[in-house]
Amino acid sequence: MQLETVDRIIQQHHADKTALIAMLQDVQSEFTYLPQEALVYLSRTIEVPLSRAYSLATFYRAFSLKPKGRYSIAVCMGTACHVKAAVKILEKFERLLHIKTGQTTPDLNFGLEEVRCLGCCGLAPVVTVGPDLYGKVMLPKVDQIVKQYQKQGARDAKT
Amino acid sequence: MPHRMHLMVCAGTGCVANRSPEVRDALVTEIAKRGLENEIQVVTTGCNGFCGAGPLMVVQPDGIFYQQLSPKDVPHLVEEHFLKGRPVQKLMYVPPETRTPLPKMMDIPFFSRQRLIALRNRGLIDPERIEEYIARDGYAALAKALSQMTPQQILEEVKISGLRGRGGAGFPTGAKWEHVLKAEGEPKYVICNGDEGDPGAFMDRSIVESDPHSVIEGMLIGARAIGARWGVVYIRNEYPLAVQRLMIALEQAREYGLLGDNILDTGFDFDISVSRGAGAFVCGEATALVSAVEGRPGEPRARPPRLAQHGLWGKPTCLNNVETWADVPPIINNGGAWYAQIGTEKSKGTKVFSLVGKINNTGLVEVPMGITLREIIYDIGGGVPGGKKFKAVQTGGPSGGCIPNELIDLPIDFESLAEAGSMMGSGGMVIMDEDTCMVDVARYFLAFTQDESCGKCAPCREGTQLMLDILTRITDGHGTMEDLDALEEVAKVVAETSLCGLGTSAPNPVLTTMRYFRDEYLAHIGAHKCPAHVCRQLNTYRIDPAICVERGHGCGVCRRECPEKAIFGEKNQAHRVDATLCNKCGTCVDVCHFNAVIVE
Repeated sequence: MQLETVDRIIQQHHADKTALIAMLQDVQSEFTYLPQEALVYLSRTIEVPLSRAYSLATFYRAFSLKPKGRYSIAVCMGTACHVKAAVKILEKFERLLHIKTGQTTPDLNFGLEEVRCLGCCGLAPVVTVGPDLYGKVMLPKVDQIVKQYQKQGARDAKT
Repeated sequence: MPHRMHLMVCAGTGCVANRSPEVRDALVTEIAKRGLENEIQVVTTGCNGFCGAGPLMVVQPDGIFYQQLSPKDVPHLVEEHFLKGRPVQKLMYVPPETRTPLPKMMDIPFFSRQRLIALRNRGLIDPERIEEYIARDGYAALAKALSQMTPQQILEEVKISGLRGRGGAGFPTGAKWEHVLKAEGEPKYVICNGDEGDPGAFMDRSIVESDPHSVIEGMLIGARAIGARWGVVYIRNEYPLAVQRLMIALEQAREYGLLGDNILDTGFDFDISVSRGAGAFVCGEATALVSAVEGRPGEPRARPPRLAQHGLWGKPTCLNNVETWADVPPIINNGGAWYAQIGTEKSKGTKVFSLVGKINNTGLVEVPMGITLREIIYDIGGGVPGGKKFKAVQTGGPSGGCIPNELIDLPIDFESLAEAGSMMGSGGMVIMDEDTCMVDVARYFLAFTQDESCGKCAPCREGTQLMLDILTRITDGHGTMEDLDALEEVAKVVAETSLCGLGTSAPNPVLTTMRYFRDEYLAHIGAHKCPAHVCRQLNTYRIDPAICVERGHGCGVCRRECPEKAIFGEKNQAHRVDATLCNKCGTCVDVCHFNAVIVE
């Protein structure tokens, strides 16, 4: 656990207690989840009860107490995507990755989740993988997306 | 020498996802290759709103509109249009009814029927350059408000305009500001609510992405009117591009002395900070949002006291939605009376709607209040694709309701939508056709609100779960007539007794679908059939052997895609579904290119 990273985040927010949510967001994006150590360290350093950090961590959807996959696949479940059968896209990802929504593959390569509207309803159904956005996703496209990131993951692992 | 031509390439979230940056780069390269860089300038703009057809580009000054561009179109386009002066027809918009390409943006009904106030700068400026906003009269309203008007006069102008909150409830903006002005306590705050949570609505994202300064200027004017020193923009973290552009805009405004101390040398001090949402729908509710900004879980509280008296850090706070703030500068520039001319008696001005779902022209439209649903759906939206029949439009997201075909001539304003059992909400309009099951839609929204209920008050926490259970039973084919009565009763209790807007409006999708589409509920309960074939547990699937062989030659795509391996058959032979293995997922229907799978 790199507590220096947490230290840096705290300093960026001037150890301001009211910026706790923003600090947690930064920790989350740095580690892909909120490690217990980081939560304890953070709350001690800025002197807020751990219970408060925990309550935020469990209230907001953006936070996770478990590690997320390197490639976080998010299938939009907004209304426009729903009427265009986004649930079938989600189920296909579940089948291909052998995990359920909300879970991470054992090799920590892929995480799968459903998200609320991403605000690009013109492209429904929409899938994001990390920062990359895919629009008008049809079922065969799902295979392509998974393959593409599997390859990329293998390449990254080598380097 | 000024450029003879400007290529306005859309860089909204939709177009970026469709690789518009690659198109822009290809244009820049090709133009340089042809030595045209001193004649033609490539500009990246914010969202144009016609998101379904991206990447988009408008060629100025002629207003030629190109759509669905790809980098490989670029060399031909540059040669034909920009060198030889022959616009390329095959990259233009073609209306489905006439099949003749429409070259100019303003000839396309989607654009020509709109009236832009909140979106006045869309597609015309680079949102990352404050100079371009200023060149389009940006910050003129601020200068006027600071140098020629008293706070009381600003307030009067907003009151005269009749502007009402664009976030959903439609509270008169001028009256809200007045409450904050008169409230005791210092300092006072202004907040911009950019926690656009309604699925199917994306006007706030688009405004912040395409014209962030309009929101900043609106907040500055509001702050002057109520006497605030600090402002906060609360924005969804799911909108990374909007967050980024907002940050750039704030920094530029500070550099220009439009934020900070002694703004425009008038002694007025004001600055804005940004609070990124952490993913909770309920934070769109004003008191929950304040709680989140203060660094606590976003749980709403009982009102009164209102935010005007007891808001951020317990101080008087003026909270308005993104679109509301963006409407303020034109009102100050042109006068409240100008704005009040547009719209209906009680709903003034324009409203931005996002037109999505089963509609030809998906996108964002700004129209005068009082326009009918028919005009929006058919004239602007181009109707329902694939020759399907329009069934209903869902307005107002999870808090709204479904309005049926019979009410298609309903004028859109706050009152008439409420009368129909729906609401304006943030302006999402999801179009549904004959393939949409209204019971499933109700279940979808209840699943949403149940999941997003913060759990603080019992009616919402328990009531939404109870309604969801009943709806799930009905869509699974186990519903009874007693369920319908129970559903109605629970819906009424939740609506009357929940703590905040999330709960009080959660039953709307249920109540409106029961009111207008009762026959669909009855079909699910009585005949165990889903008329739209959406509720899978009520469907049976079989493959027409003749179509499968003659047209598809037993292609086998259904067999490969079937998750339960319930489809059997050889190449060139008819395939069949084994009903005992079938989990009724419907994948075979989606993947078959020959419409050989029959749903019953």
